[in-house]
Amino acid sequence: MCGFNLDYQSASPLDPRVAEFAERFLSSDFGNPSALHSRGLAAKAALEEARAKVAELINAESPESIVFTAGVTEANNLAVRGAALRSAAKGKKLLASLIEHISVLNPMKDLKKGGFDLTLVPVDRMGIIDLAALEGLLSKETVLTSVMYANSEIGTIQPIKEVSDLVHEKGQFLHVDGAAAAGKIPIDVQNDGIDLLTLSSNDLYGPQGAGALYVRPGVRIQPVLFGGGQEKGQRPGTENLYALAGFGEAARLVKLEKAEESQRLQAIRDGLIKEILKIEESYLTGHPTKRLPHHASFRFSRIEGESILLTMDAMFNIQVSTGSACSSRTLEPSHVLLAIGLRHEQAHGSMIMTLGRQNNPDQIAAIVHATKKTVERLRALSPL
Amino acid sequence: MAQIGYTKKVMEHFMNPRNVGVIENPDGYGQVGNPVCGDLMEIFITVKEDKIDDIKFRTFGCGSAIAVSSMVTEMAKGKTLDEAMLITRKDVADELGGLPPQKMHCSNLGADALHAAIKNYWVKIGKIKPEEAKEESHEGEEGESCGT
Repeated sequence: MCGFNLDYQSASPLDPRVAEFAERFLSSDFGNPSALHSRGLAAKAALEEARAKVAELINAESPESIVFTAGVTEANNLAVRGAALRSAAKGKKLLASLIEHISVLNPMKDLKKGGFDLTLVPVDRMGIIDLAALEGLLSKETVLTSVMYANSEIGTIQPIKEVSDLVHEKGQFLHVDGAAAAGKIPIDVQNDGIDLLTLSSNDLYGPQGAGALYVRPGVRIQPVLFGGGQEKGQRPGTENLYALAGFGEAARLVKLEKAEESQRLQAIRDGLIKEILKIEESYLTGHPTKRLPHHASFRFSRIEGESILLTMDAMFNIQVSTGSACSSRTLEPSHVLLAIGLRHEQAHGSMIMTLGRQNNPDQIAAIVHATKKTVERLRALSPL
Repeated sequence: MAQIGYTKKVMEHFMNPRNVGVIENPDGYGQVGNPVCGDLMEIFITVKEDKIDDIKFRTFGCGSAIAVSSMVTEMAKGKTLDEAMLITRKDVADELGGLPPQKMHCSNLGADALHAAIKNYWVKIGKIKPEEAKEESHEGEEGESCGT
């Protein structure tokens, strides 16, 4: 019995150092950052320290450019709705890559009801955005373009600098969902030319239920939620001090350690890809090199991804993910796998492995063995 | 509390499926589903004295599709053909302790595959005409495509 988590993108454990750092904000040092007494001021100071740490991770101009939210979905909604509605007077055109997360695509689709025009930009078979198509679609009325830094299902990293140059030359603002990429590869919002960037706490080994939207100084957004004046009115509601303080500390630690950790994970990842691709009729999904260092994603012919996930879990206690339709609530195959040109029956055979701190090179052999046995078992059952 | 994930019985059949394989020169053969939709099942039967003597299946599909196939072969084995024709999708799901609601249509094709195999046999022996053996709807009772 092995027992490894290879689904870090779904959930990551809290860094014990972060837990130790942030625990006091639940117990002894609790407080509401809006209160004017000493307890409130201490809470406010902790919140602002967290903001500065998150800003530093992405080289933001100032801590004030960070708006804290309760997670990635909220930050993506705030970016899309907040920027599009605030700039509607300039134009009502929206662009997004075909492989954006649903928390970007769905608020954009919803904006169509308000008269916005949405066009999805294709990607190639590796998942890289079609820059020529993007250029052709951009105009001054394109108030918001959303292209993720890297994709969580296929690991592909986008040429964000080139995207931002095009957007700023021909359109208006660029939103980048950086949830999957932050902490894994360097993100520099100034150098990359990013106007709005979504971040996740848990992907940095911080507490769940915390996220952030970077808003470049000078870019105006309107709130999605209405209430008190927290986060300068951009995201009202009493701040989740524990989670946000933890998020800040996690960002600080990841900034220090990410180069070394990403190199370590990439070596394990490369070992897995090399061995797993020896399985007959197995294929890598996503880009072979422009790829998140902890990310390995595959498809196997003639078998189905939910069965892969269940067999890996039940027989080998290894947790993986899949983009198969049969594992989703909607029973639709992953829009990402279809966007890179896979047919439905090919997309059904998807398996995604995302590595993290508790993985080590000694696990490679056992993971490869489990994958081989799982594929063999399901192919023996399959009439295809 | 609402049921979370698959029942123990579904997982047990998924991990240890009964009657997996192929029968060479079967008396009856049925295939339902579509790889595009993520589920394809085939059932082979042999018939002795109007009873299902042997039965095997192969399935491409999710956890419930494999468990359903296994369960339906276990339920059908030894039954008369008329009895086996009365096994419904709901009977199979009930016998497995229930299936998640979204899986009731898309992956619950075991009874359909069984009925197709029996009708295939009946056509061979001249009991029914080929047009009477038209397979039951593949993708769901209301004819939805791929369960969407």
